[in-house]
Amino acid sequence: MKLFKRALFYLLLTIGAIAFIYPFYWMITASLAPENEISNLALFPSSVSLNSYSQMVDKIPIGRALLNSIFVASSITLGVLVFGSMVGYALSRLEFKGRNLIFYVIIFTMTLPFQITLIPNYIIMVKLGWVDTYLALIVPYLMNALAIIMFRQYFQSIPKDLIDAARIDGCGELRIIFTILWPNSLPAIVTIGIITFMASWNEVLWPLIVIRDESLMTMPQLVTLFSVGGRAESQLGVKLASAVMLALPIIITYMFFQKYFIQSMASTGLKE
Amino acid sequence: MKNTKNKILPYLLVSPYLLHFVLFIAFPVIFSIVLTFHKWNIISPMEFVGVNNYVRLFNDKTFFISIINTLVFLVIHIPLQIIVALFLAEILNQKLKFQGFFRAAFFLPVIVSGVVVTILWQQMYGFDTGLLNRMLVSIGLGKIGWLTDPDVAMVSIAVMATWKNVGLYVVLFLVGLQTVPVHYYEAADIEGATRSQKFFKITLPMINPTIFMVVILSTIGGFSLFIEPYIMTGGGPLNSTISAVLYIYKQGFFYYHMGYAATLGIFFALIIFAVVIIQKKFVEVKN
Repeated sequence: MKLFKRALFYLLLTIGAIAFIYPFYWMITASLAPENEISNLALFPSSVSLNSYSQMVDKIPIGRALLNSIFVASSITLGVLVFGSMVGYALSRLEFKGRNLIFYVIIFTMTLPFQITLIPNYIIMVKLGWVDTYLALIVPYLMNALAIIMFRQYFQSIPKDLIDAARIDGCGELRIIFTILWPNSLPAIVTIGIITFMASWNEVLWPLIVIRDESLMTMPQLVTLFSVGGRAESQLGVKLASAVMLALPIIITYMFFQKYFIQSMASTGLKE
Repeated sequence: MKNTKNKILPYLLVSPYLLHFVLFIAFPVIFSIVLTFHKWNIISPMEFVGVNNYVRLFNDKTFFISIINTLVFLVIHIPLQIIVALFLAEILNQKLKFQGFFRAAFFLPVIVSGVVVTILWQQMYGFDTGLLNRMLVSIGLGKIGWLTDPDVAMVSIAVMATWKNVGLYVVLFLVGLQTVPVHYYEAADIEGATRSQKFFKITLPMINPTIFMVVILSTIGGFSLFIEPYIMTGGGPLNSTISAVLYIYKQGFFYYHMGYAATLGIFFALIIFAVVIIQKKFVEVKN
């Protein structure tokens, strides 16, 4: 009976795992299949063809979009880490008037639905002349309330003596943050880094609004416009190839660091 | 000298945040309210129209359809997500081999872009060549218009969204399940409780906080539903999948009705607040 139960559990889990992995597997094999075999659901195509990929490269600037995505997501991640730790440090370790007020403002902004600020933020981009620039993609995301709160919480757990000792040695506050606190906050940095990078890598609504110039588009936007704009025509292979290009960098990173991905995302879910 | 420096320094450190807050949050919120009383396409000068945008909103059938669609999405998506996630978490929460592998597999769609997931499911939902209809035909059933039947399309999108997000909630439930003290189950075993009794009398009440968190997280996520209908259906068939955010997007960036789109945005945000507050009250009463 016990054995039967275990077998049933494994069966259910395996069916579940197939349901979650198979679509991605199909996407990759179909994008590599010769054109007439793409809509077959065969597990292995009869031969491997890069036809879909070479057509994709002819039709859309996917290489440029990849570089744009890397540049935008890295800049945002770096900004969120630097600014987030500066504000988090001030809120946790320095005394000043208005500190609690700022803290509550930050908490409040976390509950504010983006649907309110979407339209006026676009208008701000127009008035600043930032439409169709990297600035529009990056600057609005440089601050993240959740990152500030997480840094604040983490810095509070670091012994005060460590900071006082550094001050006595003549360390400035910025040096304290980046040379004393950072090396002692790796879990927080990894968590914030992963969620920020992933969120900006996958962001698509805002780019759709502020970028019209194809050479500035990030991958999700380019792939979206390609697959709805009818340029993919009925060429499923090219569409799937572009989806693979969008998914693969994250999937590969995930395969190596899946433990960190899962922990990071779960811990931010728990905090909200 | 040193003292004044110490007084200014904290403000220097938080100044980038304050600047960002004023420019991208405080000003937009106020400006958004101003916009609701104006007609503006950005190019020509703003035109004061009084409460016209509000009058229009209350007569805008498509907007109400889009809100109902979003609520329909939530009503299907949230219970489905909780049931599937709890089921998978319950199975995973035992001493099994490859536990890590299964957890990682369920989590895979969570990390991948919604654009990719939507393109994939669009193929699976295809009428003639899609995986699902082929499976139905092969067991002798008729085809279903997953994305072409107005009564089915939103359900299809809700199922897809569940597939995409459920891995995250499996992990959250696993964390929740591990906080239930083992001796509760041991005591229940001594009393001769069945598996389902243990689940409903011990597990569910103990993980109530996790369930509440999952409801709130997926409510907020569901209210931002946009890219899935944008790619899959464009809001159709017959506006059956147009979500509120998709409708606001269309008003703002297809027609450049900035004043009206801002009005829709504020009104929709109020609905979000109301729903979340009701959910919170509901949970407080229950506890």
